[in-house]
Amino acid sequence: MIRGMLLSRLMLVLPTLFGVAVVVFVLLRVVPGDPIAMMIPPGASAADIDRLRALYGLDRSIAAQFGLWLSGVAGGDFGRSISLRQDVLGLVLGRLPATLELAGLAALAAVAAGAALALAGAYLRSTPGEWLIDAVVAVALGIPDFLWGLLFILVFAVLAPVLPVSGRIDPGMATGFSTNFYLIESIATGRWTVAGGLLRHAVLPAAALALPFAAIVARVLKASLAETEQQDYALMARARGFTRRRILLVEALPNAAIPTVALAGVQVTFLLGGTVLVERIFSYEGIGNMAIDAVINRDLPLIQGLVLTFALLFIALNLVVDIVVALLNPRLRRG
Amino acid sequence: MTEPILRIEGLRVAIGRGTRAVPILRGVDLAVAPGEVHGLVGESGAGKSMIGRAVLGLLPGGARITAGTVSYGGLDMAAIGPRGRQRLLGREIALVPQDPTAALNPVRRIGRQITDVLRLRLGLGRAEAARRAVEILAETAIREPERVVQQYPHELSGGMRQRVLIGIAFAGRPRLIVADEPTTALDVTAQREILRLIRQLQGRYGSAVLFITHDLGVVAKICQRVTVLHAGRVVEEGDIAGILQAPRHAYTGALLAATGRATARRRSRRR
Amino acid sequence: MADLTTPALPRRRRAALNPRVAIGGAGLLLLLGCAVLAPLLAPHDPLEQDLFSTLLPPSWLAGGDPAFPLGTDGLGRDVLSRLIYSTRVTVVVALVAATLAGMIGSLLGLVAGYAGRAADQALSRLIDVWMAFPPVLLSIVLAAVLGAGLGSVIAAIVVIDWTRFARVVRAETMVQARMDYVTVARSLGLPGPAILMREILPNLLPLILTLLAVEMGIAVIVEAILSFVGLSVAGDTATWGGMIAEGRQVIRQAWWVLAFPMGCLVLTIFAFTLFGDGLRAAIDPVRRR
Repeated sequence: MIRGMLLSRLMLVLPTLFGVAVVVFVLLRVVPGDPIAMMIPPGASAADIDRLRALYGLDRSIAAQFGLWLSGVAGGDFGRSISLRQDVLGLVLGRLPATLELAGLAALAAVAAGAALALAGAYLRSTPGEWLIDAVVAVALGIPDFLWGLLFILVFAVLAPVLPVSGRIDPGMATGFSTNFYLIESIATGRWTVAGGLLRHAVLPAAALALPFAAIVARVLKASLAETEQQDYALMARARGFTRRRILLVEALPNAAIPTVALAGVQVTFLLGGTVLVERIFSYEGIGNMAIDAVINRDLPLIQGLVLTFALLFIALNLVVDIVVALLNPRLRRG
Repeated sequence: MTEPILRIEGLRVAIGRGTRAVPILRGVDLAVAPGEVHGLVGESGAGKSMIGRAVLGLLPGGARITAGTVSYGGLDMAAIGPRGRQRLLGREIALVPQDPTAALNPVRRIGRQITDVLRLRLGLGRAEAARRAVEILAETAIREPERVVQQYPHELSGGMRQRVLIGIAFAGRPRLIVADEPTTALDVTAQREILRLIRQLQGRYGSAVLFITHDLGVVAKICQRVTVLHAGRVVEEGDIAGILQAPRHAYTGALLAATGRATARRRSRRR
Repeated sequence: MADLTTPALPRRRRAALNPRVAIGGAGLLLLLGCAVLAPLLAPHDPLEQDLFSTLLPPSWLAGGDPAFPLGTDGLGRDVLSRLIYSTRVTVVVALVAATLAGMIGSLLGLVAGYAGRAADQALSRLIDVWMAFPPVLLSIVLAAVLGAGLGSVIAAIVVIDWTRFARVVRAETMVQARMDYVTVARSLGLPGPAILMREILPNLLPLILTLLAVEMGIAVIVEAILSFVGLSVAGDTATWGGMIAEGRQVIRQAWWVLAFPMGCLVLTIFAFTLFGDGLRAAIDPVRRR
């Protein structure tokens, strides 16, 4: 069953990406504003401008340009960034690990916090404690991730400067890495001070990303727990003398997790999308930050590469969520 | 008569509070002797299930005991408190539920659901519990118990699921079993087998059974004594043969007529 | 067996008075009031610069000037006045963008839910592809493409979020299409579009209205994001997002330039959320699915 789902979804990936690519490509060619104009040094001749234009293929028709780009992509060449003068694939892959680490941290934190809040809320049902938890969740949910980020900056830059509010790592520590997965690598090689530094920089942006998603998880899971606690098998557990705490954790939670992952999983792509602004706000060197610069600079090849990257990540994420749902539900596992 | 294993006196249960309280049970008296299979009949809504819940100490939210006592083995259930009641449940008192599908956790394997009770409520070790789980399934006439132990509830038939639940209920050799409409959700063949199974295990382990049902025909097959409930009150009580042959209350008569009086009488004489 | 009744229309009068709707609604009215009455409420011209009075703290702090109750920004413009005038952009974007997104999305949803499998498949595939786009990034790209200005902000919001309406309306239309009143209408020979507009749509209105409330909240957020990134209205028109961006630059010297517009934004979002939640709560028990 899972294999079948995987296969059919994978078959949709390419056409979807193709669709995304077409839309972005066409959109960007409609841009008012000539990217070449931003690159030329003063005193360049018309011939120079034409040569630059030809170099980036901007003198051809849209269809021809798309064909050119597509054939490049098939060979692994995503073009050269106009503003950064480097090859797009390299640029994207260089910054991607930073964003993945940040989003991964945020997602983990969100699930843990959300689950904890939901379980506490379910356990404290009909007490003032539940009301408090509901209020906390509502606040976390009501404020978008970038506003949380700004709030954190306000607090930690002005009021209590205990955590850094910009960058991914202290410049002095950014040496001796073989991949760009700084955090994973430093933990794997036991370089704890470096890992600590990375985490200190990541705490605020990850928290900003995590809070809204944690609230969603908390809300959905709490509702599911309330429902599963009413099921007959929960009653049976009570009839066998098990404590409420055990029933919540062992009987209710595995069942409640299924609709929770399904409903909240849809929203996890927003967490990833939030990296665009949050990285900007915290000057974190990931692909989100790069994307904003690329747009402002009208760097067509880079924008295309980044949009495609995000789209691919979104699709992959959705697929992972669906697989997890299928794994959690034994009825779907063997079909 | 020896001390009843279960004695209910003047039990009143209501849902809601104050002026908005709706009475469900209006003063119920009931006694079950040790090892006795005692039927509790009435139409739906008469409050039978509420009695079962009150015995277990698991009244649904909003329902409260407003008067009367429930005593198990001479112990006042209210007096021993929630902790005391919790200790009894699963070991001395057990429940066989109505809907076997809903009563098994869909995401956990059968074996785990059995060993949970064995290890955490009856104190068995892991290996021993695993062995006992297979034995329990075999005892309930489930074929290939080693395979079933690894399966999930949705892979079993309704009858098999009910057997699992009955097996779990008898695992602690309880002195009292509350069977709440255990055959209602099953087809006729499965019904017969489940009734036979309950009678077999009950006789083997000497457990008393409070058998709650709306079907007098079922009662006739398995119970020794029966209490008839109507609109929250006991309208008739006595041994099964007497009730079936000469019901004193009009309501009992109506129930009998609903289930086929002649066959019920015939069956009761056969016992 | 199907029930031969039309689905009950919601009792909107009772719904309108639940506390969430009331509080949220009050906040939104306040917002609207500020937008409409801005020239009367604001003590200064939002564009007027006073380069001798830059980065003044709020009037109750040391160094503050009562002429500028909430302080001034880096170009000496009054924060309070700019806050009030920003509501104009907010309100216009919320109303126009949400309504457009709602109309387009609902229309497509109606058609997809009623016009047969082909239409439904086409729309569903389209939505799938659409939702593969990272929304924030897409809105930024769009706004960049379309150039600065209110129009492009609105267009960006509509383009991104019409799917919200389309999916829900499509699902609900499919449910309604199976109901008896539709069968009766068809048997009377009413043409498809008429059935959609006259019979089904009115039953979906409460749902659509709730979505509209949610959408307006989202529109406010997207506008703030775009003006934060510098891609919203041109020039130095006051917007909360723009003020936040400027405030970010001077945060260590003048935290108030960031804090106040953030507060306004948060409160507005809360008001929309509360309102939308309250509407949804009022509708749900009536719809009883």
